[in-house]
Amino acid sequence: MSLVVARVGPLATLQDLGRPGWMHVGVTPSGAADRESHRLANALLGNHPAAATIEVLLGGLELVATQPAWIALAGADCGADVDGRAVDWGAPIPLKQDQRLRLGWSVAGLRAYVAVSGGVAVEPVLGSRSRDTLFGLGPAPLQPGMLLPSGGGAIRPTIDAAPSPRPSGGTLVLAARMGPHDDWVQDSLDGTQWVVSPDSDRVGVRLQGAALRRHASRVGAELPSEPMVRGALQLPPSGHPVVFLADHPVTGGYPVVAVLDDASCDRIAQARPGQTLAIHAATVRR
Amino acid sequence: MRVSPYGERAWLVELAGPAEVRSLDAALRLLRSEEATPWADILDVVPAARTVMVTTSSAAAAAALREPLSTLTDLPQQSIRTGASVEIPVTYDGPDLASVARECGLSVEQVVAAHTSAPWTVAFCGFAPGFAYLGGGDPRLIVARRHQPRTSVPAGAVALADGFSAVYPRSSPGGWQLIGRTDASMWDDHRSQPALLVPGMRVVFRAVP
Repeated sequence: MSLVVARVGPLATLQDLGRPGWMHVGVTPSGAADRESHRLANALLGNHPAAATIEVLLGGLELVATQPAWIALAGADCGADVDGRAVDWGAPIPLKQDQRLRLGWSVAGLRAYVAVSGGVAVEPVLGSRSRDTLFGLGPAPLQPGMLLPSGGGAIRPTIDAAPSPRPSGGTLVLAARMGPHDDWVQDSLDGTQWVVSPDSDRVGVRLQGAALRRHASRVGAELPSEPMVRGALQLPPSGHPVVFLADHPVTGGYPVVAVLDDASCDRIAQARPGQTLAIHAATVRR
Repeated sequence: MRVSPYGERAWLVELAGPAEVRSLDAALRLLRSEEATPWADILDVVPAARTVMVTTSSAAAAAALREPLSTLTDLPQQSIRTGASVEIPVTYDGPDLASVARECGLSVEQVVAAHTSAPWTVAFCGFAPGFAYLGGGDPRLIVARRHQPRTSVPAGAVALADGFSAVYPRSSPGGWQLIGRTDASMWDDHRSQPALLVPGMRVVFRAVP
């Protein structure tokens, strides 16, 4: 079973749950930016949660089935059709040979996930089929003409449809825990509102808003390189935070004042430039 | 040693310096192979300059590590085995070699002798896959980064900055001062151990024409 890529939008990459275990040699874990939507797309087809899906930025992807296949869509709703007949998000979709799946463009949310029965079965790199966009590790981004083999098995999905939360275009409420250097800032992060900068990608989301001020004793202070983690809210001297996503650098030199919870990491991965975020930050026991 | 929560599934341990980082890193790498203990749930052990991060796959696994991690204080420094040793052949003809010599108050020959005589140790990796920060070399070789980073540094470039030495695993932008080049393959996705250098390893540079 396989699919041929007929057209791609701004970016479409293969993603799974990433390649943990290699950070000590400088490799970031990577993986689906919105893991919850990735898992849902796989679950609709009975795939393993770590099966590779296609992460589609904004939409515009077209695939043609070279053999019969099942696919499922989750994440940002772009609208889709199979040979002109509209198909739904959150339900298994059969594709006959030569049928074409066409994704439109999302109006809320940033990333759609296309699962294929058996998962996309390209050769893994360091145990994962995720594309690390920071260092170019893993399978190349999708290009027209590319053949996507699937893990196959003529599975007949047993789910008709699943309730699938669609990313919202309104204010996203995010939960964070204070990080190791919360004592560097005098302004409280809790309850702050931010706007997503257009200068955001799988590496990180830049936030615009009222700058968080450092304590006077920390102005001009520097940190030696420290390990970074997905969801880390790093504060450069400008006072405008960067929230690291899936392809974050392994180490960084600015203080981490908070870390987003896993569910909020998935949510912020769907935030569009210009969208508003509200951050609730809880202090946790040391 | 201060242990801080680092999101839902990780801890950040702050330590006094590079020696303590090496000890804790080595200890955790041994402990994580102990099956049926909380240590076995560790996903990544990530050393940096003065910190070690420990990640797990779930909040419960992280919570189970809190007490054992906090009590891991009396690290047996002497029992840490010296890591494997790697020799890297270097042609010392980098574009910043002369300015590095001036900055250190040494001749070019003395820079090469200092870089090749003292053994280095991989303190941690970062910046790019296979990019190892080598510490513990000759203390006379402490130089600043370039004011203007290069937009492209070739793969194999041997460099100095901030008291560390490093070899660029592949072509990338970079701000370190370049003193030489090597043919050694620092990174290869297709090897079972893709990185030539891992934390704790000892590195000796050898001058070649």
